[in-house]
Amino acid sequence: MHFPQKVAVLGAGLTKFMRRAQETPKELAFEAAKMALDEAGLTIDDIDAVVLVTAPDAFDGVHMNGEYLADGAGGSKKPYMRSFVGGGSGVFGIINGWYHIASGHFRTCLVVAEEKMSSSMPHPQGTFNAIYDQFTERPLGVNLLWIFSLEMNRYMSVHKVPLETIALVAKKNKKNGLDHPCTQAGIAGDYTVEEIVNSEIMCWPVTRLMVSTVSDGAGALVLASEDFAKKVTDKPIWIEGVGWCLDTSYWTNRDLYYPKYVEYAARMAYDMAGIKDPRKEIHVVEPYDPFAYKELHHLEGLLLADKGEAPKLLEKGFWDRDTETGIPSSPSGGLLGVGNPIAAAGLMKVAEIFWQVKGTAGKRQAKREVKRGLAQAWGDLMQVGTVVILGK
Amino acid sequence: MEFKGKSLKDRDFKEKNILYTDWHVKAHYAWDCGVALSKFFEGLKEGKLYGRSCPECGRVVIPPRMFCELCFKPTDKWVLLKDEGRINTFSVSYVNTDASRREKPNVPAVIEIEGASEGMGILHLVAHPEKIEWENLEEVLSMIKIGTKVKAVWKPSNEREGAITDIKYFVPVKEE
Amino acid sequence: MNERVAIIGVGYTQLRPVSSDVSFREMIYEAAVRAYEDAGIEPRDVDTFVAISEDYHEGTAIFDEYVPDQLGAVLKPVHTITQDGLTALASCVMQIKTGLFNIAVLEGHSKASNILYPSHIDAFALDPVTVRPLGFNPVFLAGLEMQRFLVETGNTEYHCGLVVAKNRATAIKNPIAAYPAEISIEDVLSSNPVSFPLKELDIARKADGAFVIVLAKESVAKRLSPYPVYVEGVGWLQDTPNIEMRDLVSSLYLTGAANMAYREAGIRNPIREIDFAEIDDTFSYKELQHIEFLGIARPGESGEMLEEGYFDIDGEFPVNPSGGNIGCGYMYDSSSLRGVYEAVLQLRGFAAERQIPDVETALIASWRGIPTASGGVVILSNRE
Repeated sequence: MHFPQKVAVLGAGLTKFMRRAQETPKELAFEAAKMALDEAGLTIDDIDAVVLVTAPDAFDGVHMNGEYLADGAGGSKKPYMRSFVGGGSGVFGIINGWYHIASGHFRTCLVVAEEKMSSSMPHPQGTFNAIYDQFTERPLGVNLLWIFSLEMNRYMSVHKVPLETIALVAKKNKKNGLDHPCTQAGIAGDYTVEEIVNSEIMCWPVTRLMVSTVSDGAGALVLASEDFAKKVTDKPIWIEGVGWCLDTSYWTNRDLYYPKYVEYAARMAYDMAGIKDPRKEIHVVEPYDPFAYKELHHLEGLLLADKGEAPKLLEKGFWDRDTETGIPSSPSGGLLGVGNPIAAAGLMKVAEIFWQVKGTAGKRQAKREVKRGLAQAWGDLMQVGTVVILGK
Repeated sequence: MEFKGKSLKDRDFKEKNILYTDWHVKAHYAWDCGVALSKFFEGLKEGKLYGRSCPECGRVVIPPRMFCELCFKPTDKWVLLKDEGRINTFSVSYVNTDASRREKPNVPAVIEIEGASEGMGILHLVAHPEKIEWENLEEVLSMIKIGTKVKAVWKPSNEREGAITDIKYFVPVKEE
Repeated sequence: MNERVAIIGVGYTQLRPVSSDVSFREMIYEAAVRAYEDAGIEPRDVDTFVAISEDYHEGTAIFDEYVPDQLGAVLKPVHTITQDGLTALASCVMQIKTGLFNIAVLEGHSKASNILYPSHIDAFALDPVTVRPLGFNPVFLAGLEMQRFLVETGNTEYHCGLVVAKNRATAIKNPIAAYPAEISIEDVLSSNPVSFPLKELDIARKADGAFVIVLAKESVAKRLSPYPVYVEGVGWLQDTPNIEMRDLVSSLYLTGAANMAYREAGIRNPIREIDFAEIDDTFSYKELQHIEFLGIARPGESGEMLEEGYFDIDGEFPVNPSGGNIGCGYMYDSSSLRGVYEAVLQLRGFAAERQIPDVETALIASWRGIPTASGGVVILSNRE
């Protein structure tokens, strides 16, 4: 046997993204898992192990939420593992599933991502306050938007990026999101830069249309070993590289203008995939975009643009879905255009790359030829990068 | 492909069109501050800001810690820092901690503390030097920017309790 | 990768009912320094880190944030497994077996004393629609299960008391244990009823502490360590999260996890091929139930074997030579890492006063506690 064992993606599933879903967390997980199994042409009996990801337990309102979700995710009576890297969990779940199979321990692994943020009352925001340091930060009356707006201001100031340019990310993604069947009601649209810049100030420089919403939803992917995959499909899509990295929790001691942790995670994934020049060898990218500037920040960390250059390329249409010479970025619509059920949103990005590489993304299919794509998520206190590269 | 999911509206809750259960979790904690932060908070009580230095890399870090996370060696000295610094980055928040809107904004900032190594910041609030409260975004942007020098405003000593809030906020100060 | 994976370093802190003199960071740092010294490595030599935590045990949303610094893991591949220590150990083993990583580090800790209303947190893990609104203290689940287990298997409350007396007494020889004591079976039987037939002393008391474990692939382990301890098998299993649907007599999660680990380790007859075990005893009856459903004793026989001294530290098959959770203290998901730590000391021959002679193979088995039905099994050996 050769290690790491090759790992294929056989199917993907998503629920709609919703502000409030009627389905329970278990039911959301089940619907996504069932859809992924259907696309792979498998049943739960074909699955050897299950991985689950979900962001803080406080959203679903269940302590040890992984245990609670187990049956919905197809994990009953199976080896079942939950990994957790905050907002990076959606992409990390795929990495967790990848090492189940790459190690030779399992033939198949179902990866499920679930989030039901609407259960948290009066507003899921409250949960995010508990991500800050309990000794030196929480007593200040924090909210989640602070850390993003602080990072955004630092990024804009260091590179002298105008707010109008950053708004272009929201414009692009909210327009792309119109074509995604799972898009949450009321968040996608054809907005002007003025509308985005002049929308309600949340936490300057972040305005309402530059931040993703809270959502309910789930996603799932079926992974399999090479031997197994070749029995069920002629054209498997492979996981060519994975990478992850966590920076220090002392986030006020770091220069927030550049996500070094994303660069390190990307380098790990590029090395594994044998990629020397990512700007030529990556054909489509889904960087994590919970806030508009984050997409640009992450594209630079992924080494797909020089530091401070992603905004300039954006102005030139380099990241558009119909680009012929650039790299389409967030063709799904991303978190800004589809919705942000945290872990499920990260998995949605991997599912999008899967469908783009497979050539079944329909109206969202990139114009240029796609042989290989990259999905990335971010999480914790401006701290985690998780990267997955899929290819034919 | 069929994507599942039934979306609800707020109305469905208010009009009781759907059933739900309600629970308030009694999640209270008494976290041990430990060695480094106990000294830090005792310092705050006395109106002093302490950092800690690493014998390997020479960094003076704040918030203080008993080990250097980069060298993985114990830190060995307490260093008294100034209660002033420069704004590394800031924002202007119209949202409260419970996600409700504020009429007038407050200003969270990362403040690089004078006397600590370059880039060593802490999170705190920046207030208007006279009125304390900021009127609006324009007023904030006219008075502070990245690099602005700020100084701590302390609670009166009899009101301090050994917490980060013993510093009420920082205010911008004139450069000498 | 066809090489085995070995444990080459273990680090610990003293387990204590409270630890108000240190922060969680300082506590974990102490265990990490010991583990790296034991393995003869620096944290920069480590390729991947895994930490275990549950947000509501820490009082922090996304506790993953606070993991890297005290492990020397800044800007390294680090992730959290929100599960018990043995499942996380399996994660380290799988990562090394991909062939891409030489050295992995696993961290687990408990600051249980910082949780002011632990039973409310336990209750928050119950099904929010069907069970939680009933308003029971979730320890009732242990009472229900204990009752079914004793009635169906013929083991008795007396046997459960014997488990407690054995583990508390064994812990006297363990310098890191939080609850060593000479107590009698009568003490246990006459302790306050909690949820019939469960009594106060049947329940392991909580402790604070930390463990850090260093793992490496065999070729690297042999170079670095004079006494590598090999991971011969890992298994973990989720039964069903629905408490109404469970077989409360049998701990099927451990039967499944054990079968997976035995298969990998090539074990056909556990009681003959394994020399001793560290088995979850969060509640006294759990030790007996787990012994039986790991295949170490037949259902209904563990109590009598216990009476005959079979599971004593000087018996034929010592169970919990560390003193178990009852003697050492319950550390939530990190409890099983104490089992790994004990097994490594025994297999190296470093267990001092409580050394079991001539041991080659150990079993560690974990349970995630109320209200779960999931757990893990690890088989360790010192065989070249």
